[in-house]
Amino acid sequence: MAELAIPPQEESVVEGSYLENLNGRKGITAWIFSTDHKRIGILYLIALFSFFSVGVILGILLRLEMLSPGGKLFSPQAYNALFTLHGVVMIFLFVIPGIPVTLGNFFLPIQIGAKDVAFPRLNLLSWYLYVIGSIVILTALFWRGLPDTGWTFYVPYSLRTTTGVTIAVFGVFIVGFSSILTGLNFLTTIHRLRAPGMTWFKMPLFVWALYATAWVQIIATPVLAITLLLIVISRVFGLGIFSAAAGGDPVLYQHLFWIYSHPAVYIMILPPMGIVSEIIATFTHRTIFGYKAIAMSSLAIAFIGYLVWGHHMFVAGMSQQADFIFSFLTFLVAIPSGIKVFNWVASMYKGSIDPQPPFLYVMAFMVLFCIGGLSGLVLGSLATDVHLTATYFVVAHFHYIIFGGGVFIFFGALHYWLPKMFGRMYNKKIASWALVDMFMGFNLLYFPMFVMGYEGMPRRYFTYLPQFETMQRISVVGSWILVAGLIVMFVNLIHGSMKGPRVGNNPWGGTTLEWSTPSPPPHENFETEPVVTQEPYYHEEALTK
Amino acid sequence: MSKTITSGHHEAPTSYGIYVLIWLALMSLTAITAVVAGIDLAAFTLVIALLIAVVKSSLVVNVFMRVKYDDKIFKIFIAIAGGTLTVIFLLTFADVYFRR
Repeated sequence: MAELAIPPQEESVVEGSYLENLNGRKGITAWIFSTDHKRIGILYLIALFSFFSVGVILGILLRLEMLSPGGKLFSPQAYNALFTLHGVVMIFLFVIPGIPVTLGNFFLPIQIGAKDVAFPRLNLLSWYLYVIGSIVILTALFWRGLPDTGWTFYVPYSLRTTTGVTIAVFGVFIVGFSSILTGLNFLTTIHRLRAPGMTWFKMPLFVWALYATAWVQIIATPVLAITLLLIVISRVFGLGIFSAAAGGDPVLYQHLFWIYSHPAVYIMILPPMGIVSEIIATFTHRTIFGYKAIAMSSLAIAFIGYLVWGHHMFVAGMSQQADFIFSFLTFLVAIPSGIKVFNWVASMYKGSIDPQPPFLYVMAFMVLFCIGGLSGLVLGSLATDVHLTATYFVVAHFHYIIFGGGVFIFFGALHYWLPKMFGRMYNKKIASWALVDMFMGFNLLYFPMFVMGYEGMPRRYFTYLPQFETMQRISVVGSWILVAGLIVMFVNLIHGSMKGPRVGNNPWGGTTLEWSTPSPPPHENFETEPVVTQEPYYHEEALTK
Repeated sequence: MSKTITSGHHEAPTSYGIYVLIWLALMSLTAITAVVAGIDLAAFTLVIALLIAVVKSSLVVNVFMRVKYDDKIFKIFIAIAGGTLTVIFLLTFADVYFRR
């Protein structure tokens, strides 16, 4: 499709774009009452990155405590509360809603050629539920004190502590409904609102990833909801379901919690995997290798991801037979994950690689995700897990997967789609240097944790033995370097979205539908309904080589 | 006022009487669940409770949610969700069984 003329620089809002207010509404009301999926996506972005900032500040404080042994900055109780809040904010308010509610909301309908999601009002309700749930969680700050249980709210301690577990858990319960409704909306949208010609195997791989994620959101999240409700009922009414003294089973809590929370890891990582495919196809200027294998591997990961939760519980008192079954199933997840990585590498082979910032983020992801994934196999093995459980090794592993894998691609996706969302470009050189800084900071921060964990440093301790001092200090310095990169990246992105130079509709040469519509997109996404006739990653130049 | 409800485009109408009967069946099954929970039937307590739950959810899904009259795709959706739940139950119970 031919590019439309680039609007003049001085225009703050492109006429006819979704950034232009409709129905006489102005200011914030034009946004918080809008059912346009793109505006809701932006609302989520603002909310999520506000909480991300809170989570980062808490993380920095937790690291700062480790500058020297002896707990000079916080009391043990305060340290417990801080790592709990860090976990709850990062997991439930940032990473789990993450890419689906923000970029998924913005780009899913556009990528399948729809005007909006299937249930626009439900979409807005999901955002309100997310905000209300978040406020309820933060209420725990001012009412009975922050929970000190860790983000997993394990019994029996979560039933005994006098801190504000009940209110925080109830907040997570509300946020869960937002997740379920978003999943329901996406599933219906993908089934019902695809443009003419958009068959299942012409869908972009980001849509496939969101489809698999939506299934997990719908099936797994209710399990968490009922589990957390049981905690509330146990605390308020003395229900004994998780209490051994009352004939209940504390291990059952861990089963129920991880039945949700392990699939939740795939809610966090599947959408980034979809974005990796998008970025690789665009910046190698060739079709994606093994399209169907990547699409099916998303579904396979989502399905097998339901069956591996027990690997979080190898030392929790589960039966040995169950340990063996869950360890075996855990190794199976590596197969579809490996399929994706090998296909991405094959897609780059003989491609015309253009190392723009989004592509560099994918390269960083490849390294970090592979380290995280392979260290996951160490933890999935029964013998090694016994040694490494509840050590820094686990902390390093999941930060490599969730932060290094998921969040780095979230950042890469913002660099990829920001020109489409706002019709403006950021400073690419600054973006690349910010990534280099973050990559170095990230590895300095988390890699020493693998070593410390292997040597026996337990997680969640407010102090440590002197032998860990050097490694702890390297890690603390790494956190500062990482945060410096984060600040530069965000300033560059925010400045670019507001003041950056105007760009055309397709600055990267992408082939999926969002690149055929104006930047920023109009209110109903397309001036005329698109008709899809080609594969999603059809590059003419690649075919003529 | 009509004595039937027809919300979809290709389903048979369901009378209010059927809804009332289903509601009574659900209430009765709930009562049976509560009673059985108080009787020591060893491992069968759980089996009976789960069987009753399956019957109750089938009634709700088929009649109140009207899946019985819906397209095949929705039945497949329900089957996938139900299948996943069954596997989750089996894995959890396997742990409890072998722990003894």
